Amino acid sequence: MKRILIILLCTWLASFTSDAATLEVCKGCTYQSIKAAIATAKSGDTVIVKKGTYKEGNIEIRKPLVLVGEGFPVVDGENDSEIFTIYADSVTISGFQIQNVGTSYTVDRAGINVVKSDHVVIKNNKLINTFFGIYLQKSKHNLIENNEIIGEAEEEMSSGNAIHLWYCKNIRIENNTLKKHRDGIYLEFVDSSRIVNNVSEGNVRYGLHFMFSNHDEYIDNTFRDNGAGVAVMFSRYILMDNNLFDHNWGTTAYGILLKEIYDSEIINSTFKKNTTAIYGESATRMKIHNNTFEQNGWALRLLGSCMDNTIKGNNFYSNTFDVTTNSSRNYNEYSGNYWDEYTGYDLDKDGVGDVPYHPVKLFSYIVTKSESSIVLLRSLFIDILNFAEKVTPVFTPATLVDEKPQMKPVL
Amino acid sequence: MVKILKYSFFDLIRSRWSLIYFLFFAITATSLLYLSNDTSRAIASLMNIIIVLCPLIGTMFGVMYYYNSREFAELLLAQPIKRSSIFLGQYLGLSISLTLSFVLGMGIPFVFYGILGSVEFANFAVLLLAGSMLTFTFVALAFVIAIKNENKIKGFGLAIVVWLFMAVLYDGLFLLSLFIFEDYPLDKFSLVMTVLNPVDLARILIMLQLDISALLGYTGAVFNKFFGTSMGFILTLICAILWIIVPVFGLNRLAGKKDF
Repeated sequence: MKRILIILLCTWLASFTSDAATLEVCKGCTYQSIKAAIATAKSGDTVIVKKGTYKEGNIEIRKPLVLVGEGFPVVDGENDSEIFTIYADSVTISGFQIQNVGTSYTVDRAGINVVKSDHVVIKNNKLINTFFGIYLQKSKHNLIENNEIIGEAEEEMSSGNAIHLWYCKNIRIENNTLKKHRDGIYLEFVDSSRIVNNVSEGNVRYGLHFMFSNHDEYIDNTFRDNGAGVAVMFSRYILMDNNLFDHNWGTTAYGILLKEIYDSEIINSTFKKNTTAIYGESATRMKIHNNTFEQNGWALRLLGSCMDNTIKGNNFYSNTFDVTTNSSRNYNEYSGNYWDEYTGYDLDKDGVGDVPYHPVKLFSYIVTKSESSIVLLRSLFIDILNFAEKVTPVFTPATLVDEKPQMKPVL
Repeated sequence: MVKILKYSFFDLIRSRWSLIYFLFFAITATSLLYLSNDTSRAIASLMNIIIVLCPLIGTMFGVMYYYNSREFAELLLAQPIKRSSIFLGQYLGLSISLTLSFVLGMGIPFVFYGILGSVEFANFAVLLLAGSMLTFTFVALAFVIAIKNENKIKGFGLAIVVWLFMAVLYDGLFLLSLFIFEDYPLDKFSLVMTVLNPVDLARILIMLQLDISALLGYTGAVFNKFFGTSMGFILTLICAILWIIVPVFGLNRLAGKKDF
């Protein structure tokens, strides 16, 4: 029965597509403007836009259409209007160069705005200087793929996000390049979505910004040189796998900023040269496993409100501070990590150090108590203090200890 | 004075210690450069060495040199030469020769590594400047201590205490005061505290040039704002120079008054 249904569905779909017409838009074609083609097109038709520059203001799409650009036709908003606004399901937009939406302080104008529409596909587009790049609201099952979204953001107040999702579900965001916006990817109330293999760099605020979103995954992404790194806030069940957090460097920059996040995983990721690699505030039941922390200012900065997290199998190399906390108690589990400053020995040669390692230095504890004491960084006095504390821990949380420090880096 | 300076300088340059001092820096700088393969990181590591060693070597050499050349100084005092020119000449001779060893020892490996014309050159220059300033300051302090104390053991002890205070204890007191006055805004205070100690001043000056300044957070921003302005720069320079001039002036006065 099921099989018959599927066959029926396929034939129905096939008949549907064979009915679809193709409309061409160019200087000498029947249709000289995209708007005109859209107006005459029927549901399911394909509109092919040839190379050229189109300045048509806001283009609204209210029926399921496939819009294909050939040779990257330029659609220009002349700094004055939103460009594509999609109000219909199953719309595809690909191969366009969409540019110059212009800053607005009253409306969130976007290069491509998807309003309450499902199964929309946006791929292979170039968006240049679009205030908001791709904006999805109350939409489901959409795909955003292979787009290059480059903004000209200079400050937070007057800039938009490259990809902005609001109340969405089951969205896939893959292989996009996002540069110079306020946030690279912004998700608010977005569930069950996948963000894979994107590059987000040079954004004024966050490379990726999660708010109130659950059951999402982001995998294989690169976040580089963003003003404040990646922020994951008020969310649950987020999987963060194999991402690269590179050089998010500045006085208030983070690799990942965690705030009120539960039951999530940060695994197999690399944190390199971030001021703070992971900053956690009320992060609970997190798994931080198999990551590499390299040359960060602070590798892990978990405040006392973080509980029941497990930190296992990570590598820590040349960080100024490996772990800091502001609490003298520890509610998290550290185990089986490799610490480059570990000086213990391994008599039974099982690869696990025989002496437990206390990763919190006295100075990092002092700094969390009194911020301004950071001016003493790299002073001889501090080195002496750290050494004394290492020999006999008094101030640093005695229970914050790795009982099984690895002798060699974990692969 | 120039004659005595010249004599002291060449006497010291020929000595084994100058060579050892030079070689020490040359080897450290070379090995750090080739191990880290990154000038910025090498500079950061060298900073740690410089802010500890330059003052220490300066004080030790200063005290030692004064006591060793005491008889020669007495001989000179019998001649019709101004007292100030004898001691100032010796002071400058020692400081310049130490600085030369330091600058050459650091400079040669970095020049071979291609620091000239690289973006890190300014950072490196600050490093050299800070090290030289520390040398001049601490040699002067050492001379003052040595002139005041006939007893060699006492002189050495005091010199070590001064070094220990500047390099270690001062920061301890600094930290303590930060905790005691926790409830007050402390940025200006820490700025003043830093400028008042030549070792801290050198440390902060170098650190602000480097990447790690981002770790300093808000306080770092305040510092950057201060040292970044021409006003801040001039004040820093004045402080650094005062840290040389005041001990030298003291040395001059003490030498003038002293009954040999």
